[in-house]
Amino acid sequence: MTSAIQTPPVAPGSRAHSDGAGAFVPVQTRTERTRSYDPADFGVPAGTEVDWKHTPIQRIAGVFGDVETDDRPGDPAVDWQLSGADAVEVGTLAVGQAPRGEAFTPEDLPSALAWKHTGEALHVVLPEGVELDQPVVVQLTGNGVERRANGHVVIEAKPNSRGTIVLRHAGSTTFAQNVEVLVREGANLTVVSVQEWADDAIHAAAHQARVGRDAYLRHVVVSFGGGVVRLNPSVELAGEGSEAELYGLSFSDAGQHFESQVFLHHKGPHTRGDVLYKGALQGETARSVWIGDVLIGRDAVGTDSYEANRNLVLTPGARADSIPNLEIETGDIQGAGHASATGRFDDEQLFYLQARGIREDEARRLVVIGFLAEIVQKIGVPDLEAHLAEAIEAELAGGVLPS
Amino acid sequence: MSVLEIKDLHVNVETEQGTREILRGVDLTIRKGEIHAIMGPNGSGKSTLAYTIAGHPKYTVVSGSITLDGEDVLEMSVDERARAGLFLAMQYPVEIPGVTVTNFLRTAKTAIDGQAPAVRGWVKDVRESMANLRMDPAFAERNVNEGFSGGEKKRNEILQLELLKPDFAVLDETDSGLDVDALKIVSEGVNRAKEQTGLGVLLITHYTRILRYITPDYVHVFVAGRVAEEGGPELADRLEEEGYDRYLDGAVVS
Repeated sequence: MTSAIQTPPVAPGSRAHSDGAGAFVPVQTRTERTRSYDPADFGVPAGTEVDWKHTPIQRIAGVFGDVETDDRPGDPAVDWQLSGADAVEVGTLAVGQAPRGEAFTPEDLPSALAWKHTGEALHVVLPEGVELDQPVVVQLTGNGVERRANGHVVIEAKPNSRGTIVLRHAGSTTFAQNVEVLVREGANLTVVSVQEWADDAIHAAAHQARVGRDAYLRHVVVSFGGGVVRLNPSVELAGEGSEAELYGLSFSDAGQHFESQVFLHHKGPHTRGDVLYKGALQGETARSVWIGDVLIGRDAVGTDSYEANRNLVLTPGARADSIPNLEIETGDIQGAGHASATGRFDDEQLFYLQARGIREDEARRLVVIGFLAEIVQKIGVPDLEAHLAEAIEAELAGGVLPS
Repeated sequence: MSVLEIKDLHVNVETEQGTREILRGVDLTIRKGEIHAIMGPNGSGKSTLAYTIAGHPKYTVVSGSITLDGEDVLEMSVDERARAGLFLAMQYPVEIPGVTVTNFLRTAKTAIDGQAPAVRGWVKDVRESMANLRMDPAFAERNVNEGFSGGEKKRNEILQLELLKPDFAVLDETDSGLDVDALKIVSEGVNRAKEQTGLGVLLITHYTRILRYITPDYVHVFVAGRVAEEGGPELADRLEEEGYDRYLDGAVVS
């Protein structure tokens, strides 16, 4: 399912239950993708597969190698530093050690490799009932694109905890990364992944989250730097009354490919989901890809779901692919919708600003910043918001806006 | 004394059906401190006049002139016109996502004045103007026009009028969509701006009710792209009683 909106083939409830033998099974629903911890089950992507056809295969091929992380004595492939972690518990999890893998099963080759080659996964726990007043920041710094890194992180928000975890990526590496997120009953968790890599970095990341009863997850992906960043978040609203808001913000310059395949699975009843990804593209060969899959499962009665992707193309030669998919297996929902728009400047916005004396270049700058600020304003981490506002200014200053 | 002069203005607009002539020879002279009401039926070209003065790219001036103290306005870009002292309060103000009212006002003020306003005085001015227009202070941190009601958008236009202090303001159906309370508040704002800065006003309206609160010095009846009749405030009273019918006989509105 890559180009059209999927609607139920027949009206829900109008046919016999499909558990029995011989029932019709749709061929390409999102949940039927291969899921496995064994890299051998995937094969090396050729670029024709549904989940790889928009990715530059040759450029990202560095994450297809079945190799250990290129750590050297005193010189890891990726340095990491944890700050603001006083109120959280930090440990490691081996393969097979719960809760690692509780809500995570790799869905593509780099993810299976990252799983296999991460012996000790970082485990960050927000203890039950604890409310963090400062975000926990994990700073990851790559030490060279020629060096391969594998990583798996488990973020666990225990019942009724509240807090924010920020993963910040800088430097350069060839990185296959998994982020597993467990949001227990009644917890309120924000996870932000910021990519400010150097221009040559290669980053393939799979985020998988499960949200429990009455819990809330805000998940934000910010990609400003890197050569190829493919960060695919997958969120399961498992518990009754669970809620997720999935936001994305990207600014692609010439030569940069930023991709997110977002999967939001409404599984429990009365869940609410909101997906909004926004991207600006500037410079020839700037690319962005957004594939948004929403699945409203058979038991997800009372679901309220909306997904949208908006792109602002600032110069000729940039390209944004935007593919929303919606699968609905129950008719008893509150609402489900999606929207996608890719466009150039809104002339009426420019006219309005210019009619107040603001020069055209400044007006364009305001419109772009405003367009992207909508996501920045949703992050809820003031320091990071201020930093990203500056980063957007720097991105704009780095390229020449067309007149 | 500043003067805005419009002479024999002909304006076309490109539509899917081809080029249409909307304005067919408009003559108007507005001096600072004067209030001119432009009244006319729908489709008579009132809004086209407003947007042409402001320089919207959709409208093409075929012939005629607009000058501000002798300077050729038609040669100016949209932002240059605003900096020269012209202001358009729009009928349908657009939303600017992600740009707060505070940021927008300061950016515009800085552009108009050529320098950033002194912080303390500016904050006080904004607060006072908002209070005068009965705008909740929380508005300042909202994004421009985003989620504003029709009345809130119009108040936001008048807020800008008060703070940017232009020489001439074109109010394009500012009264439309306002209930009587909002209409009074907005009208007070216009009157205040006129008292404080000697503003010249081109008040474009379909209805006479805003003229109960803003008293025009001159009334121009606009029909089929030109001024069909001119007079004092008494002309508005006559329009209220008779409507536009007597102008429309034989005047084909294309």
